[in-house]
Amino acid sequence: METLNARGLHYQVLNETVRKLLDNGCRELVLKNVNGQRYIGAGLQGQARLEIHGVPGNNLAALMDGLEIEVFGNAQDGVGNTMNGGTVVIHGNATDITGYAMRGGRIFIRGNVGYRVGIHMKAFRDKKPLIVIGGQAGDFFGEYMAGGTLVLLGLDLPPGKPVVGNFVATGMHGGEIFIRGQVDPFSLGKEVKAVAPTVADQQRLQEIVGEFARYFDLEAEKILARPFTKLIPYNKRPYGTLYTY
Amino acid sequence: MPTLSLMPTEFTVVRNEEKCIKCLACVRQCGFEAQQYDAEDDRLYAIDANCVNCQRCVSICPAGALTIYKNPPPLRPHAFWTENHLRNIAKQAETGGVLLTGMGNDQPFPAYFDRLLLNASQVTNPSIDPLREPMELRTYLGRRPEPGAKTRTPLVPIATPIMFSAMSYGSISHEAFASLARAAKEFDTMFNTGEGGLPGDLYEYADHAVVQVASGRFGVHADYLNAGRIVEIKIGQGAKPGIGGHLPGEKITAPVAATRMIPEGTDALSPAPHHDIYSIEDLKQLIFTLKEATRYQKPVSVKVSAVHNVAAIASGIARAGADIIAIDGFRGGTGAAPTMIRDHVGIPIELAIAAVDQRLRDEGIRNQVSLVAAGGFRSSADVVKAIALGADAVYIATAALIALGCHLCQKCYTGKCSWGIATQDPYRSRRLNPEIGAERLYNLLRGWSHEIKEMLGGMGINSIESLRGNRLHLRGVGLNEVELKLLGVKHAGEAM
Repeated sequence: METLNARGLHYQVLNETVRKLLDNGCRELVLKNVNGQRYIGAGLQGQARLEIHGVPGNNLAALMDGLEIEVFGNAQDGVGNTMNGGTVVIHGNATDITGYAMRGGRIFIRGNVGYRVGIHMKAFRDKKPLIVIGGQAGDFFGEYMAGGTLVLLGLDLPPGKPVVGNFVATGMHGGEIFIRGQVDPFSLGKEVKAVAPTVADQQRLQEIVGEFARYFDLEAEKILARPFTKLIPYNKRPYGTLYTY
Repeated sequence: MPTLSLMPTEFTVVRNEEKCIKCLACVRQCGFEAQQYDAEDDRLYAIDANCVNCQRCVSICPAGALTIYKNPPPLRPHAFWTENHLRNIAKQAETGGVLLTGMGNDQPFPAYFDRLLLNASQVTNPSIDPLREPMELRTYLGRRPEPGAKTRTPLVPIATPIMFSAMSYGSISHEAFASLARAAKEFDTMFNTGEGGLPGDLYEYADHAVVQVASGRFGVHADYLNAGRIVEIKIGQGAKPGIGGHLPGEKITAPVAATRMIPEGTDALSPAPHHDIYSIEDLKQLIFTLKEATRYQKPVSVKVSAVHNVAAIASGIARAGADIIAIDGFRGGTGAAPTMIRDHVGIPIELAIAAVDQRLRDEGIRNQVSLVAAGGFRSSADVVKAIALGADAVYIATAALIALGCHLCQKCYTGKCSWGIATQDPYRSRRLNPEIGAERLYNLLRGWSHEIKEMLGGMGINSIESLRGNRLHLRGVGLNEVELKLLGVKHAGEAM
């Protein structure tokens, strides 16, 4: 296991150092004192584990394929942007467009997330991306979603605070969203409907929440005790009748 | 939909019964099912309402028995309410939909290329004969490194300043896509994958590929980015500035889905903006995300539509770290766009090139980036004029498709293309042989390149580099003062 002190390093230097270490066979790397350096893990492929202490900058794990990243701190915009595979665990909050166009892999966030999280998430063959959020999410959650799974738990919500913002899943045409508790119908985009999770869904949620709880040392049973709402698109061609030929 | 359509048929198919040998080639080849055969009566007939005048049947009929006529407008159009307006209203009254079309803007807006003329040497400086003297068309794309720069992204050389513009696999057939890839490799220039990814069996051509990253991020992954030679962020397209794209589920066949890495039969929706880019600063982040992911080995291009503020936007793109700026004018083609957007949004590429080139020069950053122009290059003369206005190279797409057989019927969005280009139906696409297609494209590039050399030689120039932004070699005809000022050219008749 190698340790790298990121204090004062320009992101280009930091990221090139990380890539060289991984090229040379390093499989476990701890980054200390990370403070806003962008693009950590961008485009990295293969098997390795990065532990990040501090706050990584925007586009953490963008285009990443296969690594494991654990962040002890908050993350910023664009975590897992166009990610292809791998796992990201964040022991804090993440901000806007987490998982934009993510195609594979998993992101677990203990805290809250910002706007347009899971936008244009996809799925492809055996690739089924997953984002689990412990807290709440902003507007346009799951916008344009085309595949994969979003799970929003709404833990530790202040009283009266909604678990998710407005325009949930606008333009959604694939995939599924699970939100713990109820969602006000007026906050849903017009392309989705709320349904009750099936038995198979419940089993999957047990596994997903179980894994989430293990990362953050929580009790899965307590989280699962509250029923979930499932959101699915009305159809996979939301704009099929928009045009005249 | 009402049973009685007020929309009159546009074309009439006329078959000369004396010439027709009933080989049924027209019936087999018509992508739009206008040509029909009644086996019971052994009779060939046409459903005129289906005909789009793509000329496939006319071209392949061995007996020369077919002609297609445009019907006289059965409505009552006049100079203000044109036939198009009347037809469109009837269509929308019946369906309530958004009008859709294909290819580029077909409206009679001015073509500035046709108002510009080139110079030639007479007496006072010698012209050069490219047949006997060296003539350099090789163009290097990318950012010229500043002194002391930490990273150096390699420049990309192309043998001629003409590349194939973005056309995605999905909007065009695998055969058409493969034709472009082969021709680009053989001629040593570039093709552009468009936003639909690069099919797995065409990675051998990746060294000549501009790989696109658009808002839908279809088929974008680290291997794809690293395989290509140039990475292009698509912000906008000349045919539809400001809007995204909807590739309908019917076109998402298994191989298209595999290349785009999405499920079969789902609409492929490209959001209008990249939702990680709301500013020049955000653009810089995507540029550097892509540079990080490719270890600074691939120049990053940013493609925008030519819009009113294009010069300032281009300056921002250059300052955001892009190596190449691609600008797509309002004549640029498309596989599908709302008609109103295609015909009424954007500005001519000629004015955009001049404005961008001038702005970057004024700011002292023109030397840092390459400028690629796209959208409506019909001949090598258009290319030469674009370069003289300030472009480094051009993208061609409509011209390339015409070389492959396209007859500009503008029905690409139906997926029924009789010429095997804008279709995913193997029965239709198989008729386009990628080897022959590549040869035709190669021929086009060869012909245009030689013509460019002739024009350069005539001007007494022996390198395309010396023509770039050399507006003294252009003269305007019939242009007003504002136009001349914007284009940065003198009027014909004015001396040097």
